[in-house]
Amino acid sequence: MALDRSIIGREWPGETLLITRSRLRAFAKATGQADPRYTDVDAAIQAGHRDLPVPPTFFFSVGLEAPDPFRRFTELGIDLRTLLHGEQEFRYHRMAYAGDELATRSRIVDVYEKKGGELQFLVDETDVTDQDGAAVATLRNTTVVRRLPGVA
Amino acid sequence: MTTWEVGSELPNLAIEPISRTTLALFAGASGDHNPIHIDIDNARSAGLDDVFAHGMLSMAYLGRLLTNAFPQERLRSCKVRFAAITPVHAQPTCRGRIVSIDDSTGERLATLELSVTLGDGTRTLIGEAVVALT
Repeated sequence: MALDRSIIGREWPGETLLITRSRLRAFAKATGQADPRYTDVDAAIQAGHRDLPVPPTFFFSVGLEAPDPFRRFTELGIDLRTLLHGEQEFRYHRMAYAGDELATRSRIVDVYEKKGGELQFLVDETDVTDQDGAAVATLRNTTVVRRLPGVA
Repeated sequence: MTTWEVGSELPNLAIEPISRTTLALFAGASGDHNPIHIDIDNARSAGLDDVFAHGMLSMAYLGRLLTNAFPQERLRSCKVRFAAITPVHAQPTCRGRIVSIDDSTGERLATLELSVTLGDGTRTLIGEAVVALT
């Protein structure tokens, strides 16, 4: 499956995610986060926050809220088993907290290949905004599509 | 108060071996349900021996490294390249070091070099973060 540069510029709109304390606590548990500022509202407030903060890499999860978050790959005929995460960048504009409703808007910004097509790269950017429309974070994600022996 | 300068190292963050339970919890909590990380049958059908950890799990550990040292609101950016996959049961260690400080903009902005390394020496993530020191 060869990716075509004509898909550069393709956009897909906003998934939204109402950030809950329970989701942030589940993320803290899964990532071994023992810092109480990320699980205990009083500790968070003591540290100057207005609620549990959304941790630095959780913004990646907002875009995964779609019913089929990998659709941008599957609709191009890409088998999910061939995907590797290549690079990830976050630029931070403001903090977000439990209670905020975050939305995303994404676009494909680059497509290229290496090793004679053995590895293909798809780069997308995502803006994360809060319920007031304020910019919270900008993400840049490079996905690698590789050839695997068991996958056509 | 820690005095940060070029060459300062953050305290290393050593992670317990990554269990299948951690991968399952992270799949649910992060919303990345790609079965390649949680279902050995799916991994084998792609010619792999076993499941491997989500790259974003290791990046979340780097996030912990940073917020252990700096209030999160001081974090301006963070980026990584995923250089190798992290097998289940691998034991990552996160490291960070200040490589430059720029105070030309009114803020003291430190650039940190970040890495995640496994017990066998494999470097899985290589990255950079920018943090406002004041």
